[in-house]
Parts: sequence; C-alpha cells; structure tokens
Amino acid sequence: MPLDFPTPSSSSTGSSTSGTLDARIPDGPIEKKWDTRRFEMKVVNPANKRKYSVIVVGSGLAGASAAASMAELGYDVHCFCFQDSPRRAHSIAAQGGINAAKNYQNDGDSVWRLFYDTVKGGDYRAREANVYRLAQISVNIIDQCVAQGVPFAREYGGTLSNRSFGGAQVSRTFYARGQTGQQLLLGAYQALERQIGAGKVKMYPRTEMLDLVVVDGRARGIITRNLVTGKTEAHAADAVVLGTGGYGNVFHLSTNAKGSNATASWRAHKRGAYFANPCFTQIHPTCIPVAGDYQSKLTLMSESLRNDGRIWVPSKKGDPRSPSQIPESERDYYLERRYPAFGNLVPRDVASRAAKLVCDEGRGVGPGGRGVYLDFADSIGRLGENVIRERYGNLFDMYARITGENPYKVPMRIYPAIHYTMGGLWVDYDLMSTIPGMFVMGEANFSDHGANRLGASALMQGLADGYFILPYTIGNYLAQSKGPKIEASHSAFQDALKGVKLATAKFVSSRGKRTVDSFHRELGKIVWEKCGMARSRTGLEEALARIPELREEFNSNVMIPGSGEEMNRELEKAGRVADFFELAELMCFDALQRNESCGGHFREEFQTPEGEALRDDEAFCYAAAWEYKGQNERQTLHREALSFDNVHLTQRSYK
Amino acid sequence: MRTFSLTLNVWRQKSASEPGKFVTYKAPNVSEHMSFLEMLDVVNDDLILTGGEPIVFDHDCREGICGSCGFMINGIAHGPNRATTVCQLHMRSFKDGEELWLEPWRSAAFPVVKDLAVDRSAFDRVIAAGGFVTAPTGSAVDGNAILVPKPDADLAMDAAACIGCGACVASCPNGSAALFSAAKIGHLGFLPQGQPERDNRVLAMVEQVTLEGFGHCTSTGECEAVCPKGIQISYIARMNRDYLKASIAKRPEASVGGSG
Repeated sequence: MPLDFPTPSSSSTGSSTSGTLDARIPDGPIEKKWDTRRFEMKVVNPANKRKYSVIVVGSGLAGASAAASMAELGYDVHCFCFQDSPRRAHSIAAQGGINAAKNYQNDGDSVWRLFYDTVKGGDYRAREANVYRLAQISVNIIDQCVAQGVPFAREYGGTLSNRSFGGAQVSRTFYARGQTGQQLLLGAYQALERQIGAGKVKMYPRTEMLDLVVVDGRARGIITRNLVTGKTEAHAADAVVLGTGGYGNVFHLSTNAKGSNATASWRAHKRGAYFANPCFTQIHPTCIPVAGDYQSKLTLMSESLRNDGRIWVPSKKGDPRSPSQIPESERDYYLERRYPAFGNLVPRDVASRAAKLVCDEGRGVGPGGRGVYLDFADSIGRLGENVIRERYGNLFDMYARITGENPYKVPMRIYPAIHYTMGGLWVDYDLMSTIPGMFVMGEANFSDHGANRLGASALMQGLADGYFILPYTIGNYLAQSKGPKIEASHSAFQDALKGVKLATAKFVSSRGKRTVDSFHRELGKIVWEKCGMARSRTGLEEALARIPELREEFNSNVMIPGSGEEMNRELEKAGRVADFFELAELMCFDALQRNESCGGHFREEFQTPEGEALRDDEAFCYAAAWEYKGQNERQTLHREALSFDNVHLTQRSYK
Repeated sequence: MRTFSLTLNVWRQKSASEPGKFVTYKAPNVSEHMSFLEMLDVVNDDLILTGGEPIVFDHDCREGICGSCGFMINGIAHGPNRATTVCQLHMRSFKDGEELWLEPWRSAAFPVVKDLAVDRSAFDRVIAAGGFVTAPTGSAVDGNAILVPKPDADLAMDAAACIGCGACVASCPNGSAALFSAAKIGHLGFLPQGQPERDNRVLAMVEQVTLEGFGHCTSTGECEAVCPKGIQISYIARMNRDYLKASIAKRPEASVGGSG
C-alpha cells in the first residue's frame, strides 16, 4: 500500500488545504475572544426556543449538562444513551478531580496560568483560543457544581479543598474523595432528571445511535436502535449534539467502560464530519497491570496517588527479591531522578513512557515484568495510615479487591494503560463539526487537549462544553438556520433506516467460528503494540497491513447468535468493533503522517538524545482532520494551522 | 495460578413477558484472578461458539462505580464479599467445585429485561421527582460563598456515594427503596444548598417511591448489609424524621401568578 502524504506546502492548493478548515475564532486579544463571540452571536427569542428541537446523544458530563442547560433555556431536548440510565455514563468513573483557576489556595494561580499549563501540557498541539476559554469558564463550573450540591472536599472552616495534580505546580484541583467524576455526573444527571420530570427533556435510555441523517448539507436527525426490543427508529430535529466520549476501546483493553464506543462519532464521520488527530491517544501511567488472557478491562488508579506515592523499580535487572527486601540504595526512583523539578508529578505521557523504558530494560516488576512500584511507605511514615486512608481509601480498597494485596503494606504495582483520547471529531470554536448543525462536545471532540491531556482536565472540558459553551453557540446556529421543518418520514431518514437494517441483517446472519470479543482482543493487541506508547514507521506499516486482513476475517468468520429483534449484546458489540477496525486504520495513517513526536504520540524515530519527544513545529504545527471518502478509499487530510500567539512554542521540560 | 471449576445455575428469561427458569452450566478452568464477570465472559464465549445464547447481565465500568452490574449469587446481592459490586468480586473468593445460583434482582418495581438484567428506571423517576437542587445553569454564586462544615460535607459524601445499583431493593424482603431514596435525601439534606427544597424533596420522592411499587421499610437492615458503597441505614432514620417534619410543617400552597 502506498504511504505517501502530501507535504504541508503541496497541500496549499486544491480542496484539501488548511484554508478550507476555518475554526472561526473571533478576532481580538485572547482574553476578549469569548466575550466577543458571545456578543456577536444571534440569540433565539425566549418564546421561540421551544419551537426548536435538539437531539443530544450521550448523557455523560457533556451530554447531561448540555441537555439540562438547553432544556432550562426552553429548547425541546431529546437525549439518548446506551446505558440503562443516564447516571451510568463513563464520566462517572473519573476519580481524581477537576481543575479550576480559582486561586483559593493563594498560590499564584490564574486563568492565564491554567491556560498556559494546559497548552504546554498538550505539547502545543491544542487550539489556543479554545484552551483560554476553557480556563476562563473553569471557575464558573465549580460555582455551578457547588450550587447543585456536589459534595466537594472541604476544609474545617467550610471552604473548598484543593490538591495538586500532574503537570501543574499549583493546587487547583477540586475533588470529592476519589469519586469526583461520579459526583459531578450525579450533579448533571440530577439537573437532567429535573428537566425530564418537568417534561422538558425526553430521555431514551438503552438506545444506541447508529447513523446521522444529513438533509441539504445540515444534520437533521439520527437513526437509533432500541437495545431492548431491537427496533430501529428515525428521529428528526433542528440540530444534533454528540457527547459520546472517546475511542479508547479501540485498544480493547483500556480503562474505559465496556460499552464505551466510537460508533456515533464514526458514523457521523462517514456522513461528512472530519475526524481530527486520531493518533493522539493518552496512556495513563497508573493502572493495575494485566493479569491474564481473560482480562476484560484495565482499572485505573487515580493519578492523584502520585502526590503521595513514590514510583520506583529495582536498580538491577530481573531482581527477584520482594520490594521490602530491596534496600533504598538499590532502588531507582526514576522519575525523581530524571525530572527533579516535577518528580512523580510529571505529566501522564512522560510518566508512562518512563515506565515503559524501565520495563523494556528488564527492570519491571510483577508477572511478565510489565509493572513498576507505587510506594506509599514514606507517606504513611510521615502522615500516618489514617491520613492516607482518608485521601485514597477507596482506591486502596479497590486495589486490594482486584489484586488480593494490601497496598498499605506492600507497594502497589502499576503499569500504563489507554485511558483517554485527545483526538476526535473536528469542531470549530463554536463546537460545530464540519457538518452544519452537528455539534460535538467533551472527549468526543478534539479541540482542547492537544497531544496530551493534563489530569483533572477532562471533567473540566466536558462541563465547560455542556453547561457554558454549547447552550449559547447552538442558539447562534438555530437563529440563523431557517430551513423547513423536516419530519422523520423524509426520504433521507428512510434511506438511512434501510441502511441500518441491512447492516443488522448482515450481522445476524453471520455464523462464523470466532466471537466478536476475540476479534476485538486481537485488533486491540495490534493497535497497542504498533500505535500505543511508542510508534515507528515500520510498526505502523505492519499494522496497516494486518488490520485489513483481520477485518476481512471478521467480516467472514464472526459468530453472532440470536436475531436483531431482541436484546442482542453480540450484535451491539459487532457494530462497534466494525467501526473500531476502520478507526484503527485511520489512527495508524494519522500516526504515520505525523513525522514528529508530541505528547502521547511518540514516534521512535523522533526523539531527543535524552529520549524525550521531539516536535517538529515547522512541519507539523497543525491539527490533522481527515475526511471520509468512501469504503476502502484513502481519507483526505485537511490541516488546521495552529498558531501560538500567547504561549511560545518551546521544548516542553519538566526537569 | 490456582484454577478450578464451578457449577452455575443461571436464571434465563427471554423477556419480561415470558417465564424464566434456571439452566445449569459448567465453568471449567476458572482462574482465581478473574473477576466474576470475566468468569461469565468465558462461559458466554463457550455458549456462543456452541450454538447457545450468551447470558445477558448488565455491566459497564467494571470498576464498581457505574452501578450497572448486580445480580444475586446464592441469594446475596453482589455475592459474598461486603462492600463489593459483582464486577469487583474476584474468583479467589470461591472454592473448587462450588455450586452457585445466579438470579436477577427480584422486585415488582424492577421488571426483568432479559436473564440477569432488570429495568431500574423507577430509580430515575424517583430522582426526577425531587432528588436534585434547583440550580439553573448560570445562577450560581462563588463556590466559597457557601461554607459547608467538613463533618457535614463528609456525611453528605458518604450518602452521595450511592451508585444506584438496586442491591438494597433486591435484598429487602419488602422490596423497599428506602436506602436508595434516603441516600439522596441525606446527601442533599446535609448541605446548605439542599435546604430550600428539603421538605418538598422528601415528600415528593417518598410519594414517587410508593407510586413505583416499592415496599415499605421495616428496618430489617438487609440493604445496609449488601450495599456495595456501605451506606448506612441511619440515613433512613433521618429520612423518616425529615418526612415527618415535612408532613407536619406542610405549608399551604401560595397563590399562583404575580403582578409583573
């Protein structure tokens, strides 16, 4: 397969130039951009809002907060989730916290510092204007969540408590024990339920989006499958909003929930929404290592543990001794050694790669040698077991349940795992995709985290998008889109319905010899090895040869029992895995065209003599947005040039 | 690594409208490091490849926080380990040759969807009835303008830890949702933000609980024993006090409409 890509200069003509990808960022100084846009925007008269219907797919932090906020404004909102209740979206599993530039600790934090840290943490591949807005809004999010009754941790005087997190030198992270995502989601979920109870939102649980319907170039609805009855249905609206999360499960083993999938995003991509930076995936450094072949998912141990835990491996290769028998002098606290300024709190990509490196050297611990110690002995000695229990009790309990070991006595064993995807559907400053009328929020879009996301920033982004950005920008779109009302009886809906039914019929007639999971596991292994923590041209080319072969076998040899007219989990998984196959290929293409290392994208060919990521700002300071061109056709690369006018491009250093 | 085998008697039911029955399966080569759901994944793989229908059970995060999973193992919700959801239950808790009975949550308010999966949407409707603070987006004051004493914040958080799995209902002889509703009422009731709607909340939620067909609480305490998040029944006592106070203090309805 030819693997040539147009160089940035050669693509400046024709349809695939960066000029065609306009993010519509407002003019003026960065501090004023969001104010400017909010003033420029057309608004829908309060009395007219109820005449506009909006579909929200996904009910996590972004989806639930957007659905609730739009319903409060008066829009007619229809919200869909595949889980049995909106409260179960995977945002719930986020542990550590949410950042906000409140400066409650008086340690010199500011909107500007949060903005700067996030742009730098993203290795200069995020869009400055979006990140600045995110930092501005961060303070409103905390206020909103407190008002809802989110039980954030408090000091004895009653004020909000903060902790520090990787990639930052100030304490700006708000948290609710180790269950911050759960509590923020329950806040948004309760706001959503209030609107459901008031009849302002119609909720469709156990319902999966299987296609996007575009009429006259605008997103006008979706096709869904009821996961209980199997019924496929068409839903028409004036705008469609996706808050459907990331695609980490392309790796099969990830910290995502089992149901997390990319199907909504991918089907929208096939309908014309560009997919940006798919190779920007985040490996989280602190997960429980893989235990066996049957493993169905990986469990994250919050990054906040790195505040009090020290990471080390034995200095000697293949040291067989138990950790307690290894004296201080024969331990290598490699993060503290290599990065004295940030120590155990270096950003995720740096910490993950360092762990891989020491394991590659043969110094890993635990079964298979793919693990490093996260040791709390010093902190327990200094603060006492009770303080550690108060801070991390639920995480320690979870670790003990999964591994059967007591982390108060024995150091935890951790290893990096796929956790988050920075890439996603391309959106402009207003969060609108390349399909007018389709908006994308939270992890499902690509805009705010560049090539690496800092801890405690995903919750911030999901809620910023859902509470405070989309509810305004969608009004601007609706106020200007004076199209005719479209009903679900329109031929575009009927065609899409037919397509979905055909695909279902094809799957349920598959009586091959392998389960969907077995294909997913094999695909995940390829992507993890070739497009995971380290990538190389050779490896990516191997993956690009192997993935289509495996997909071919999937199409002919998968076994799907049952029918389409009932609850059928194998059928659900098959549709999602089919999309993962295509997305995995695009990830590899994207990783291959990006001849540089940045953030979570580490190309072995491009590194500094010390083994740090080596960016190439001359050639790759852009977001790569891919346009779908049809089955088995090469996707077209469009570039959005990224300009850094406020944070200067420098080599990231945490030393 | 220790491996062993188990006999599973699993409740199979095609849909809410069809009768169900127990079907017996063998689970050979169970590793002690597997989670309970991973053990079922392996059983399902065999079923799929031998022409059977895989066992349906709800699950998602598999780290004990989303609340999707849960069924009875030998009559105990989420199985034998305290404060542990079934996805976090590991096979090292079982012995070679054990026979297990897996059943869905049994409650009139939780109809079976398929096999071990049930419909818990009644919980959502209970929350919709009043399990919230009315705080429209954009109307909030500064976070530190609302001071919350740490002990209250901690008690609120203890209650807020509820994952809505339904184990409390399933293990209650009356099918009561008292622990679930008390947890939300307790979470919001301990916070200053929850005070303006405190009376209405408890009245509306308790009314909805009754409408959904959940039974009454008779303080048997089974719910607390199986709750994967360790939520205490003292919150039920507190809910009952709130309910009594709210019933007595119930204000007359103010006249509707304004002069604007």
